[in-house]
Amino acid sequence: MSLYRDEAIVLRTQKLGEADRIVTVLSHRHGRVRAVARGVRRTTSRFGARLEPFSHVDLQLAEGRSLHVVTQVESLSTWGSSSGRPLGSVIGGDYRAYTAGTAMLEAADRLAGEDFEPAVQQYLLLVGGLRVLAAGEREPSLVLDAFLLRSLSVAGYAPSFDDCARCGEPGPHRSFSPPMGGMTCSACRPPGSASPRPETVALLSALLTGDWTTATASDERTRREGAGLVAAYLQWHLERGLRSLTHVDR
Amino acid sequence: MYEGVVQDLIDELGRLPGIGPKGAQRIAFYLLEADPVDVKRLAHVLVEVKDKVRFCSVCGNVAEDEQCRICRDPRRDLQVLCVVEESKDVVAIERTREFRGRYHVLGGAISPIEGIGPEQLRVRELMQRLADGVVIEVILATDPNLEGEATATYLTRLLKPLGLRVTRLASGLPVGGDLEYADEVTLGRAFEGRRSVDD
Ligand SMILES: [Zn+2]
Ligand SMILES: [Zn+2]
Repeated sequence: MSLYRDEAIVLRTQKLGEADRIVTVLSHRHGRVRAVARGVRRTTSRFGARLEPFSHVDLQLAEGRSLHVVTQVESLSTWGSSSGRPLGSVIGGDYRAYTAGTAMLEAADRLAGEDFEPAVQQYLLLVGGLRVLAAGEREPSLVLDAFLLRSLSVAGYAPSFDDCARCGEPGPHRSFSPPMGGMTCSACRPPGSASPRPETVALLSALLTGDWTTATASDERTRREGAGLVAAYLQWHLERGLRSLTHVDR
Repeated sequence: MYEGVVQDLIDELGRLPGIGPKGAQRIAFYLLEADPVDVKRLAHVLVEVKDKVRFCSVCGNVAEDEQCRICRDPRRDLQVLCVVEESKDVVAIERTREFRGRYHVLGGAISPIEGIGPEQLRVRELMQRLADGVVIEVILATDPNLEGEATATYLTRLLKPLGLRVTRLASGLPVGGDLEYADEVTLGRAFEGRRSVDD
């Protein structure tokens, strides 16, 4: 049985048998990994508290025949939190951050590709996104939408908010179509395309490029419309939407 | 794969929580070799539990009547309400004999990834129970994990404006253990939940 180490974010956990859990993590160098953590549901376990969703951990894993096995866990820096608490308890203590963060974990799980296929950019994006979320200085729903747009881009589904997504005609354009890949000119516009307000398109473009001055200045109505477009875009490219997206407390 | 009814039994057992394919097979073969009287008794209890047991109309706990034993007990303190995730948590707290109030069973914890939001839990029923102003303290006794924490956070935000005293169970160190062996998450929570010793 060969051992390896990596740092990772815990995406989800499922109960297994009496006292074990299967944890799904997104790791820095090994992509998404599913591993068994034995005995972690017992109150005497030293691992259990470190393997909750959102936990940023340094893991030691042993290759198993079907699933890998967690043999060591250390909590990594409690970044993003001024009080030095682990990330999971900071995010769990803020309901809006929790619901936005859960959707980020689910998206990362779905967009990371195959198990063990390195997804370094997705990993760094997730670490950065959760750090911003835990710092509590930015609107959780904007942090989520920025993360989703960038995560989709890294996965090869970069939306275009300026030039026509189909023919490249310079924008700004009026129509939004997920199947086309974003905004389209009037000639390329498929029937049934949405016609978002220009402010909304500007917000999405700002979230994708990290222009927080523009993003923070947006109003409630623009954010809602933007969130709707991001959800539609995501759903098109993932085929089946994110379960946790409907529970985001915006 | 086994034939017909044996495989059906393995499949059914395998759908139970905490039982994997191997466990299901082991239980199935145990039952095949067991005394028919024992197996009939098990089958009878399974049917009976679904017929007889329902959920208390007040608190959501398992009950054999319209209301559970605790809600019917006139000696229980009506001013204190303890909110838990599941009926088994009621049993655990009752074992301590520390709590004399009543319960509210949510039916789980908020977990968006499983499709469970506040609407899927008995949160509306909780708010209706609190509307008459009899309860003055609500103790949030959700599990000390991420979902339990988030559920408590959500309920706190909902309950505080009602002017109630809202408390959360302290989560901390297992009694009988050594401090040096505690993990940093548990130890951190214990620090947050520390209390004064001079009163
Ligand atoms: Zn075009
Ligand atoms: Zn009851």
